[in-house]
Amino acid sequence: MTGLIYMRYELLRSLRNRRFFFLSLGFPLILFYVIASPYRHVHNYDGTGISLPLYYMVGLAAFGSMMAIVSNGSRIAAERQIGWTRQLRLTPLSTRAYFRAKVATGYMMALIALALLFAAGASLGVSMPAQRWLEMAGLMLVALLPLAALGIALGHLLNVDSLGPATGGVVSLLALLSGTWFPIGSHGFLHDLAQFLPSYWLVQASHIGLHGHAWSSMGWIVIAAWTAVLTLAVRYAFQRDTQRV
Amino acid sequence: MNDANSHSDEIQLRALTKSFRGPEGPVRAVRGIDVTIPRGQTVALLGPNGAGKSTTIDMLLGLTHPNSGSVSLFGRSASEAIAAGMVGAMLQTGSLIQYLSIREVVTMIASMHPNSLDVDDVLKRTGLEAKANRRTQKLSGGETQRVRFALALVSNPDLLVLDEPTVSMDVEGRREFWDAMRSFAASGKTVLFATHYLEEADAYADRVVLMAHGQVVADGPPGEIKARVGARTIRATLEDAQLDDLAALPGVASADRRGEAVVLSCADSDSAIRALLEAYPQARDIEITGAALEDAFLELTAGSEE
Repeated sequence: MTGLIYMRYELLRSLRNRRFFFLSLGFPLILFYVIASPYRHVHNYDGTGISLPLYYMVGLAAFGSMMAIVSNGSRIAAERQIGWTRQLRLTPLSTRAYFRAKVATGYMMALIALALLFAAGASLGVSMPAQRWLEMAGLMLVALLPLAALGIALGHLLNVDSLGPATGGVVSLLALLSGTWFPIGSHGFLHDLAQFLPSYWLVQASHIGLHGHAWSSMGWIVIAAWTAVLTLAVRYAFQRDTQRV
Repeated sequence: MNDANSHSDEIQLRALTKSFRGPEGPVRAVRGIDVTIPRGQTVALLGPNGAGKSTTIDMLLGLTHPNSGSVSLFGRSASEAIAAGMVGAMLQTGSLIQYLSIREVVTMIASMHPNSLDVDDVLKRTGLEAKANRRTQKLSGGETQRVRFALALVSNPDLLVLDEPTVSMDVEGRREFWDAMRSFAASGKTVLFATHYLEEADAYADRVVLMAHGQVVADGPPGEIKARVGARTIRATLEDAQLDDLAALPGVASADRRGEAVVLSCADSDSAIRALLEAYPQARDIEITGAALEDAFLELTAGSEE
């Protein structure tokens, strides 16, 4: 596989960027503690039978991992702005190897976001069988695939100035419509719309932690379809993006 | 020798044109460029800002598609040549990615190329050895340029393209840079560099391609080009002299009066100043200036405007 050394340095670079690291990962973590620690002993939140720390842990894990992976785009936009992406185009590095490295950095940040939120949950008394932790994390990582493509596409379509607001807006909207912040119910217009969003299935994957149910076949179809569409968007965005920015 | 073979040993730009949409209508940045560069030649693309140098280089590298015309790099398309690792470039706009050391970023680029040079050797050649562990975000403009040159060198390309490479380098940095470029070119490599400094083109190129208004206006050995655009001007305060007499002085091409001052355009300013002071010892406030390249270009291209 070509581009392994490139990928290694890309991962290293992300870890060394402390400001980005703390801002993108610290926010959901702080939010979780602010919301959940005063109510750490609420074991039957709103009559659901679910503890409050568990409820907000899964919600913020979905939000935080989505934010981490879509924010990948802001680093791509910055690299384009300084002309680095054009420089890379003059090397034999394949487009495929370039995207592999970008997906890898996005996933690394998302994984760290998940690990931090899960550890924070455990610190406030959240517990579940090891298998359930793994199922939840595993399915969430699958659901993040189209969102990784979304981040990369945004990074190649928008400039640095517009990317921050765009990422924040898109992620917040997706989170809201998908039931991260409050339940969207199990029927009605909002629910019907939400079912077609990749983020809805990310939130559903996180709900394995609440009740253990995995996706219906609809989940796999929606995620596969969004992944295909957004991968095409990435290809289009990358191909047209050869100009001096 | 068949046709394909003859192409495989040269770079060909054929009838290239490129227009951009500008705020005041279309801008014809490149209006038909034909240049053939044999392998091993060092060519300067000389011209003032806005001459179309960067656009030409972008088309050469496949970063911009020409409206018409074609590019062939050693018989291949730009993207094929790049995929084969045959091209190294230092673009005009470009900074370095952050959070890596100089050594790391050079190693990273080297890892992408099939015939890359030894990283330590390149760091030594570009004067970066002592700073190799410094992070890229803590470098001065001149140091950043050196690293970008190291990135182009380490790929060990058949064609090295440098777009205004010495911008933001100090005098010492420039000298070292050109020394390193020359030693690379001496290993049989083809080098194309864009510059708006006549002295750089004159000193370091085998051949100068002069561009203005998106066209090639002259193409030849540096000495020839320098003679055409390198005229100097002598300006002096001198009230009581006839312009005809001044124009007849050795080395003077033409004379002009601007108020109390006279302005002499000179083919040979050394002879001209000696003769001027001998004939007119009362001349004062004397200035000798190299003709701005832009002025020389305007003169050269005055007839070609439509």
